[in-house]
Amino acid sequence: MDLKDLSRDVILDHNKRPRNFGRLEPPAHEARGHNPLCGDQLTVYAVLEGDVVKDVRFDGSGCAISVASASLMTEAVKGKTRAEAEHLYAAIHDLLTRADAPSLPELGKLAALGGVREFPARVKCASLCWHTLHAALEGAAAPVSTE
Amino acid sequence: MSAAPAHPVPLDIERLRADFPILSQRINGQPLAYLDNGASAQRPLAVIEAERNYAETMHANVHRGVHTLSQRATDAFEAARERVRRFIHARSTREVIFTKGTTESINLVAHSFLRPRVKPGDEILITWLEHHANIVPWQLACEATGAVLKVAPIDRNGELDLDAFRALLSDRTRLVATAHVSNALGTVLPVREIVALAHARGVPVLLDGAQAIPHFALDVQALDCDFYAFSGHKLYGPDGIGVLYGRESLLESMPPWQGGGDMILSVSFAGTTYNQLPFKFEAGTPHMSGAVGLAAAIDYVDAIGLDRIAAWEADLLQYATTKLAQIEDLRIIGTARDKASLVSFVVAGVHPHDIGTILDQHGIAIRTGHHCAMPAIEFMGVPATARASFAFYNTRAEIDRLADAVRSARDMFR
Repeated sequence: MDLKDLSRDVILDHNKRPRNFGRLEPPAHEARGHNPLCGDQLTVYAVLEGDVVKDVRFDGSGCAISVASASLMTEAVKGKTRAEAEHLYAAIHDLLTRADAPSLPELGKLAALGGVREFPARVKCASLCWHTLHAALEGAAAPVSTE
Repeated sequence: MSAAPAHPVPLDIERLRADFPILSQRINGQPLAYLDNGASAQRPLAVIEAERNYAETMHANVHRGVHTLSQRATDAFEAARERVRRFIHARSTREVIFTKGTTESINLVAHSFLRPRVKPGDEILITWLEHHANIVPWQLACEATGAVLKVAPIDRNGELDLDAFRALLSDRTRLVATAHVSNALGTVLPVREIVALAHARGVPVLLDGAQAIPHFALDVQALDCDFYAFSGHKLYGPDGIGVLYGRESLLESMPPWQGGGDMILSVSFAGTTYNQLPFKFEAGTPHMSGAVGLAAAIDYVDAIGLDRIAAWEADLLQYATTKLAQIEDLRIIGTARDKASLVSFVVAGVHPHDIGTILDQHGIAIRTGHHCAMPAIEFMGVPATARASFAFYNTRAEIDRLADAVRSARDMFR
């Protein structure tokens, strides 16, 4: 991959040694993401304490970009409020799809994913975990009375 | 292919490559190595020029006008049909229906042949190797009619279990529909045996020839199949044009599947009289330049000779299989004894999509994913594969580059 070397190293590292890899048992909220084009499948687990993402993990299988993106995401959103997580979700979406996206300081290491923009066929790989996290948090917002 | 003669005259690959303008470009700074022919083959100048010549000198609507251009267009379109007939050895041009491609051809049979004939509990028999285009039309037909889809199993090499296939043929089987060649694994199916087994029970057979048509000479009469579907763009022709061959007696018995112009003799609100074959199944303005381009592609392929193409592709397949098998951590998916010229593979620790992206950086185009054959890929125990599929214009040097690039991808992820 002809990503900038630093970005490449971050992605390769997080693919090889994904952070926060594993599952969380209920009452953690979970959502499954599937990219039928690639066969990428991942599940994101999130524990909310009030409005704060107390813990977040993922498992599943996928390409380097999807695994690294999920790993980076878990590092980025842990300890953030839901609103902050959703803000990052929007910022990542811009980063992946808009050439003129501003380099926001709050992206931190997530900026390594910017190079994926050069590979339009792979943008969905990088965004899958974010959609899945979004679904998990949406699920968390649902009334607990269904339990 | 085993059918290839032992010593055909070798191809002058460099001269043939010059016929394909697209192959001479660089991709990401490297010479293009186009190894995704199973998805779509490239077009020679002869095809591009035939389409342009049609547009520049013949175009009008077919079968409609009294003016000169309409007659030219009609003549060119019908000459293309006759060219296809000769290529596949159909008895008559009434048996050659132009469609958008293999998928539409199969859907035509599902709608017009199968649906009116099946009752709840009747069966359609396919195999585990099928492309989604030869699965989903039957699933839709089953949902609409209460018929049941039966699937003949394959083994770990990706070969059809012919005994199980035989056992699944029942008194309720109304149609057998199988691939001629598996697009995901390369397996050449034993289609003669399949047709013989099915016909012994009076069951008609549709063959999905999308992956077979560029590799072997086709004789639908010798094969004795009832329907044969293929696409122009896999045969070095245009996209958007394909063929359904159908046995005339069956086509005659089938109602039209789309209504519109060209498929009628007369229309009144009291009732409409349908046109004769093959026009009954060609509602609306067809893809005329596509048909002309397809005929040019057939001329091109025939001029080279499918026996010589098969011999060279067999060499490429063997060379690629040997080279790739030498790569540590690489596993070839699909190891049937009889294969068309494609190799599906996985590399431990590297997702096929990452291989595909890295190969693209080396100017090498391959397909990655499930190849629209999810059941077959899942049966082989992998979520996806990388697939290199070869045409006669590919070279051993390109396969060397493929192997080197796969090694570098593996090393990058180690």
